[in-house]
Amino acid sequence: MGDKRTAWERLQIIHAKGRPTVKEYIPMIFTDFYEMHGDRLYGDDKAIIGGIGRLNGRPVTIIGEVKGRDINENKACNFAMPHPEGYRKALRLARQAEKFHRPIICFIDTPGAFCGVAAEERGQGEAIAKNIAEFTTLRTPIVSIVLGEGGSGGALALGVCDELAMLENAEYSVLSPRGFASILWKDASREQEASEIMRITAEDMVRFGVAEKIIPEPLGGAHNDLDKISENIHEYLSQKIPEKCKKDIDVLLKERYTKFRKIGAFIE
Amino acid sequence: MLEDIFKVVTKRFNDGDKEEYKPPMFKCPRCSQTSPLIRYEELHRVCPQCNYHGRLSAAERLAITVDKDSFREMYKDMKGTDPLEFPDYKEKQSELSDSIGINDAVVVGTATIKGTPVMLGIMDSRYMMGSMGSVVGEKITRAFEYATEKGLPVIMFTASGGARMQEGIVSLMQMAKTSGAVQLHSEAGGLYISVMTDPTTGGVTASFASLGDIIIAEPKVLIGFAGRRVIEGTIRQKLPEDFQLAEFMHEKGFVDMIVERRKLKSVLSHLLKLHGFYPQSASEKEV
Ligand SMILES: [Zn+2]
Repeated sequence: MGDKRTAWERLQIIHAKGRPTVKEYIPMIFTDFYEMHGDRLYGDDKAIIGGIGRLNGRPVTIIGEVKGRDINENKACNFAMPHPEGYRKALRLARQAEKFHRPIICFIDTPGAFCGVAAEERGQGEAIAKNIAEFTTLRTPIVSIVLGEGGSGGALALGVCDELAMLENAEYSVLSPRGFASILWKDASREQEASEIMRITAEDMVRFGVAEKIIPEPLGGAHNDLDKISENIHEYLSQKIPEKCKKDIDVLLKERYTKFRKIGAFIE
Repeated sequence: MLEDIFKVVTKRFNDGDKEEYKPPMFKCPRCSQTSPLIRYEELHRVCPQCNYHGRLSAAERLAITVDKDSFREMYKDMKGTDPLEFPDYKEKQSELSDSIGINDAVVVGTATIKGTPVMLGIMDSRYMMGSMGSVVGEKITRAFEYATEKGLPVIMFTASGGARMQEGIVSLMQMAKTSGAVQLHSEAGGLYISVMTDPTTGGVTASFASLGDIIIAEPKVLIGFAGRRVIEGTIRQKLPEDFQLAEFMHEKGFVDMIVERRKLKSVLSHLLKLHGFYPQSASEKEV
């Protein structure tokens, strides 16, 4: 982690072809994975994968945003941009995790919630709001990891947790640098400038109290060594999940609330 | 050249009308029709042609919503700082505070509505499009925490373009902070009525605005998550006129009722009573 890359250089790495997706990590980190489908209300959104498996033998619930590795996969998973039914599937599985006393592990990797007619009609805003609110009080440990892109509310819908980790080159932002440049300066081509101003890197997230941990990537980025990056994520979870499970749940919930409660920049 | 000639022609034309008095007009963003501005103002900013409910300042909203002199503003002196050291943000903040007289895009405090005490929040879209930064997030969170502690119902008037871009990720986290406080208020049995006014979009729609036990909207106001232009860019076609209006969201099941401004105070008062919140003096008499 010695080399200081700029936010822009990191964005190139997370968009590099062959960067591992949640579907590649699951078999490397967990055993006995069973995928579950659908929100029981509308349908099954392929932009979010969810299921149960084991982490070092312990049953856990796994929820993640799915990026494709080629155009066909991307068509199926809508480039990791979920619809409301995706977030509602995540909430259904999270509530089930609470019921069966399983910790929840979320993998965030999305440009953002999908912006479209159907998504609006089915209440994209309500779906995200509901997840954020309910994750606050779920009585089971939640650990989230940003694998690549942490795009706005679409990321936060899986991001209310007891601890957030960022892969070394991952970003987390209120809006894509491109969108940011086009809204603020009416000029999308200034996205590189925006990426530096916005403070979106893993170090920035630790500084703002948004993330607690940076998981190192292999030399040149996660795509260069799937074994190594999977091992690093596994090592982090192997330490963090038992630690959070040991805590008194009321203490854990209080800490979860405080983690977000204290973020803000104001004077009075 | 051509433009110059045109200017001369319009000037002559206008000179001819000099005597005629032209009252200032309001052009409606929904129906595009014009009405005398004075008529629009008399109706508390409602379009006389199509019933579009226009934007009010926090002070104007307060005046038509709560009992006279009942409002006690809280956290009034809170001011935003500049977490990203974003170019020109500080200047913009102080400029706006000076020109419109409020420190950020929301005013919160306690008040009574037809005698019933409530915790109230009113967003003001004149301050950076009502965007949610640290101050909006903190004030709304404190409002819910105070209401939870005192057992007060909360009424929020939302009006926002979404996240405060200039505060980056800190702005995004305000969605988690406010929604968490709403959740605790709800789990403690508190009543929360969300009143969506023009416009309610982005990160505010995707957090506390959508979490009301009861969601009310004013007629013809804009409600949505994604911006209209963003969606049109994605699907490469024009969206129907009524897309993302209150009536559309009502039909899709995300708004309980559409209530006209002139009836709002009495509807709120009824809903409060239906949940057991009565005028202070009356409830004290019962005890
Ligand atoms: Zn009109």
